[in-house]
Amino acid sequence: MPEAALEVGSLIAVPVRWVVCLVRWGFPFPEDVTQDCAVLVSGVGSLIRIGAGLRSGIVSVCIAVLALAVAPGVLHAQTDCLACHAEKSMQDAAGHSIAVDGQKFKASMHGSLKCGACHADIKAYPHPDHVAPVQCKSCHTGQASDLEGSVHAGASQHPCTSCHGDAHSIFPRTDARSAIYPLNIAQTCSTCHGSDVVSKKHGLSNVAQPYVDSIHGMALARDGLLVAANCTSCHGSHRILNHRDPASSTFKANIPKTCGSCHAGIAEQYERGVHGRALAAGKSAAPVCTDCHTTHSILKPDDAEFQLRTAPFCGSCHKAQFTTYRDTFHSQLSVLGGYVETARCWDCHGAHQVLPASDPASPVAPANLVTTCGQCHQGANPRFVQYQPHANAHVFKLSPALYLVRMFMNILLISVLTFFAIHTLMWLIRSRYEQVRKKKAEGGKNA
Amino acid sequence: MPDVETVAGETTEQASRKERYFLRFTRSQRVLHAVLFTTFLGLAATGLPLRFSSTPWAVWSAQQVGGFGAIIFFHKLCALILTLAFLIHFKEVMMRGLAHKEKGIFWGPTSMVANWQDAKDLFGHFRWFLGLGPKPQFERYAYWEKFDYWAVFWGMVVIGFSGYAMWFAPFFARFLPGWALNAVLVVHGEEGLLAILFIFSIHFVNTHLRPDSFPMDMVIFTGVESEGEFRSKRRHEYERLAAEGKLESKTAPAPEAWLIKFSRIVGFTAIAIGLVLLVLTLSAMFL
Repeated sequence: MPEAALEVGSLIAVPVRWVVCLVRWGFPFPEDVTQDCAVLVSGVGSLIRIGAGLRSGIVSVCIAVLALAVAPGVLHAQTDCLACHAEKSMQDAAGHSIAVDGQKFKASMHGSLKCGACHADIKAYPHPDHVAPVQCKSCHTGQASDLEGSVHAGASQHPCTSCHGDAHSIFPRTDARSAIYPLNIAQTCSTCHGSDVVSKKHGLSNVAQPYVDSIHGMALARDGLLVAANCTSCHGSHRILNHRDPASSTFKANIPKTCGSCHAGIAEQYERGVHGRALAAGKSAAPVCTDCHTTHSILKPDDAEFQLRTAPFCGSCHKAQFTTYRDTFHSQLSVLGGYVETARCWDCHGAHQVLPASDPASPVAPANLVTTCGQCHQGANPRFVQYQPHANAHVFKLSPALYLVRMFMNILLISVLTFFAIHTLMWLIRSRYEQVRKKKAEGGKNA
Repeated sequence: MPDVETVAGETTEQASRKERYFLRFTRSQRVLHAVLFTTFLGLAATGLPLRFSSTPWAVWSAQQVGGFGAIIFFHKLCALILTLAFLIHFKEVMMRGLAHKEKGIFWGPTSMVANWQDAKDLFGHFRWFLGLGPKPQFERYAYWEKFDYWAVFWGMVVIGFSGYAMWFAPFFARFLPGWALNAVLVVHGEEGLLAILFIFSIHFVNTHLRPDSFPMDMVIFTGVESEGEFRSKRRHEYERLAAEGKLESKTAPAPEAWLIKFSRIVGFTAIAIGLVLLVLTLSAMFL
């Protein structure tokens, strides 16, 4: 009997709620009309049963039909929950907001779902004492399993909402309101990765600012270029793996492919060059895109910083070549910075498609030297390109003439300076001695 | 030491009012020296950051002036001025020696050309250093002054040639072998280094900082020398001129106060810059 009373009560409660909804949020919430109607119908049924002794069944039916006829055509079951949860200040026992912006939720990706679709264990009021966390994976199984295998595994620390934003206002990633819209991703990831505290905790560097200042970050933030690389372009989204994991898109051997997903032309050149071929052959020491261009900062090749760090980087493998390069005027200009128009490794050897001099396609192949040197040296001629950009003045066998010139100059320098150092020092001592003696003889002051 | 300076300074100034002065360097010779040391300081200051490009001070100074582009601009500018000064001097020497047949340019006591007497003076000087003989007396140009002159002369030819060979490498490549293009940098750098080390240490001490001249020999700035200084520093020239009866024709008015002051400021600035560069060079070489 009390259940029947409750159902009859819904005959008043449901229309009242409709009115409240109409006033507060407006309609339509059409898909839950059936549920509300079912409640009403069962309420009418109870009313018929209860009222059998008072009024005739026909009258009861008429009342029910009338009630249905006057009911608004657009009805909604989310309104059941929103009747309470629309209150903006609503909080749970722990103090977390449990308010829901109904209109925003409606417009969101999940707006067509009933609350119960996610909050499966909440079926009635009052709610159970313990409400289970929402399990996104019950629908998004693929993403969930990817996430579980990633660096962000552990739903408690990295809930879906930490990237996708508020659960009741999730928009598709093509929507500018989405937290994972290309122009918003950097900001979203920076919530954690732009924090020194979080970065330090996980032994990472704070990469947010370098990215924002990079050509990728600038293209996104300044020009709104949707195709510019954002965090997920390189790292992936759900299945983000440590760069030491061979399956990671940021694992060294996978970098050319990752960058090549946008920079296809450069990647192709790289693959043809000695470094690309070495990497393909499993030589992990071969340089990849990020070794020269850096990861998040993406230094511009005409920046002094790029130029100053990259030639020594080439030299970390090509030691002899770097040592001999350092002896040249090219290098002397190079290390001073601020002046980019000097030959550095890639200016002669090519940047992406590095080929040995024996390859006719190489810019340092003998037949191409006049052209290559001529990029800077107007009037470069076959005799001019006999210049050795990596001459070794320290080994007689390698460059005998240069070695002898260097020896002659060194001997000249050392002998002249040694002779005059002795000469002048003796002179100084002797003159001082004379001076003091003279002063003494004159009876004057002396030092 | 400061006592001696003051005393020496006072006596010189007191004496200067009575003493006669003799012309040692003409105005054009003094200007030549001024141009020479100004451009040399400029070349050294802009060349050292290149020679020791990896040192912090080189990078710092390059950044201060706007990078290598600015450095090489000033280096080339100084080089052009110095080249011009060298050519003017060379032409003047040739005109005086060959066209006007002036005696004493290429040979004799007033010539810059080394002679047997210089070898004897050098030997005698060493004997005196060791207390084994009397102090040798010198003519117009002593052996170390001739060495300075020829070192600069040779240096300018060598550094100049190698510098221009780098500046206009494609042109010089037409008649230089390939290895020479590599060698010119070595030659330019080493000879430049030698010049810097020599001038900023040996020349400074020999000419300016030794007790007889300390702290600076003003004659290259004022052009004149007091009779006392002339006689003690170059007794053979003094006696020769006296014997020839030419001493009177060489007298000149005492230097004016402003010129002495001006010369001191310029000279000490040059010496200070030189010493700083010397310290930087030595630190880059040995640290």
